[in-house]
Amino acid sequence: MKYRKERLDRGIKARCEDIFALSSYKEISYLLFPRVLPVAILLILPLLQGVIGLYWEKVLMITCMIALLALSWDLMASVGLISLGQALFFGTGAYITGYLNFAFKLPPILTIPLGTIGGALFSTLLLLPVLRLRGVYFAIVTLTMPLLLSRFIETTKILGGTEGMSALSPLPNIWVELYVPVFALLICLFGFRRLINEDYGLVLQGIRDNDRAVMSGAINIYWFKAQAVFIAGIAGAFAGAFMTHYYRFVGMPAFAMDYSILPLTAAVLGGVGTFAGPTIGAFILMPLSESLRAVGTLRVVFYSAILIICVVGLPEGIFHYLRRKYHQFERMVDVG
Amino acid sequence: MDKTILTVENISKNFGGVAAIVRVSFELQEGELLGIIGPNGSGKTTLVNLLTGFVKPDSGTVIYQGRNITGKMPYKIAELGIARTFQMVKPFYQLSAFKNLIIPLYSSRVKKLRGGKYGDRDDVAIDLLEDVGFERDSFVPYKIASSLPHGYLKRLELARCLALRPDLLILDELFSGMSMSEVASTLPIIEKLNAEGLSIIMVEHRLKELFRIAHRVIALNFGAKIADGPPRTMMENEAVKAAYLGSEDED
Repeated sequence: MKYRKERLDRGIKARCEDIFALSSYKEISYLLFPRVLPVAILLILPLLQGVIGLYWEKVLMITCMIALLALSWDLMASVGLISLGQALFFGTGAYITGYLNFAFKLPPILTIPLGTIGGALFSTLLLLPVLRLRGVYFAIVTLTMPLLLSRFIETTKILGGTEGMSALSPLPNIWVELYVPVFALLICLFGFRRLINEDYGLVLQGIRDNDRAVMSGAINIYWFKAQAVFIAGIAGAFAGAFMTHYYRFVGMPAFAMDYSILPLTAAVLGGVGTFAGPTIGAFILMPLSESLRAVGTLRVVFYSAILIICVVGLPEGIFHYLRRKYHQFERMVDVG
Repeated sequence: MDKTILTVENISKNFGGVAAIVRVSFELQEGELLGIIGPNGSGKTTLVNLLTGFVKPDSGTVIYQGRNITGKMPYKIAELGIARTFQMVKPFYQLSAFKNLIIPLYSSRVKKLRGGKYGDRDDVAIDLLEDVGFERDSFVPYKIASSLPHGYLKRLELARCLALRPDLLILDELFSGMSMSEVASTLPIIEKLNAEGLSIIMVEHRLKELFRIAHRVIALNFGAKIADGPPRTMMENEAVKAAYLGSEDED
């Protein structure tokens, strides 16, 4: 007797695929549950300061920031641009925000938007000449970009040099500190998902699959790639801009390797190309990393071990796995 | 058939010392169906790449509708109305068939032709697929491209070109890898397009089918033009025979 695993779509999935989804509350809730639940949790978590403590609220905030960077990574990956340097967006956003506040005493309500747009624009201009590179060649250039900028600041001693700029304006209150990241994350997550399914997003996906065919479709792929990098840059630079005012300091750590590696790991862990995946990845990685602080120096060992187990066990990514489990069931069938 | 749409003058290309195209010149009249034949490695695809900007020529000029398009970017050339298929089909595998066509439909050329915002792209895409023989009322247009058989992918490639509403269509071995029945069903589509006034250049290995519909044929060998004339003269042409079968004094 031999058995084989067979996967079947749940009946309710087929009933939810069209306008029929509106036929009863069951179908509606089947569709809404996986979307509404995470949103609700994200919106409620900042209210539970008394329950989970201020420390974990801060972890939530930083997690949102890494998730933003991971979303930005995923958007670039959707155009076929594999980035190893999300710190470029983070750092440029952080430095522009910090400088505007430090030099011109602009309030955070102005510096954060300006830093976000400025950082995204500056990074895009910096990457413009290398947009014709593909795959690993593009990746290596993006890896060097943050290093290049931080060394440049170090040697020329501009923008505070190695000291950085400190005593920046703080964020007004704890509610801003917690809810702005949550809303930014939700806007980016659902915005990017919408964008990539629009006709515009199809062009971006086309560039990833076969850029020559897109070119022969009378579309300037470099212009579209630049737009995608700019949009991804907005998400990344916002994280940098926001953290600058949270830390009340900006310095060379803004270009740290962490901001390149963590989003990438989150995306791979969660499932590339889905936007929800990288977000889930970030929400697993960051709390995990924080809770392992108790282990002391062995933290990195445990952290890496868990990561390896996840990636080997679920190479498709956690989100793809969860989605499959939600829509399909498995059974063993007798194949003689 | 009196107006010249494309003039190629003494175009040459070397790939690191290998002469891929050697001083090739020809003209294409509006509404003409020109075939390009030649043995493997004779430079047919390179010629297509030169015409569409994917490869920059070392020397020579390409004049299209009175404009010099030599060495322009591929998307600029496509915008002027030259659409091409690729020999190796590479559709957008992760998108469904009709969504493959949204991408050229999104281009500024199509927007310009339709005047302002282009209406419902999905409907136009399905219409285009029907024109190249996708069964409209089946699931085929909605299937993901990676699950389609090769013959459909080739026709999808053709539809991707037609989406641009081109003035000149360049088909790079459209029939290669197609079954006899697929070729038989695709030939009338091309004949119809040509009858409607579309100028077509066909690079083809299937000589029998090509000679049936082409007005004129150019033969290439080792990157040089060796013959130019109506299809029926090709089979008698000594140079063409020698190129395909090998000449006696060669060895």
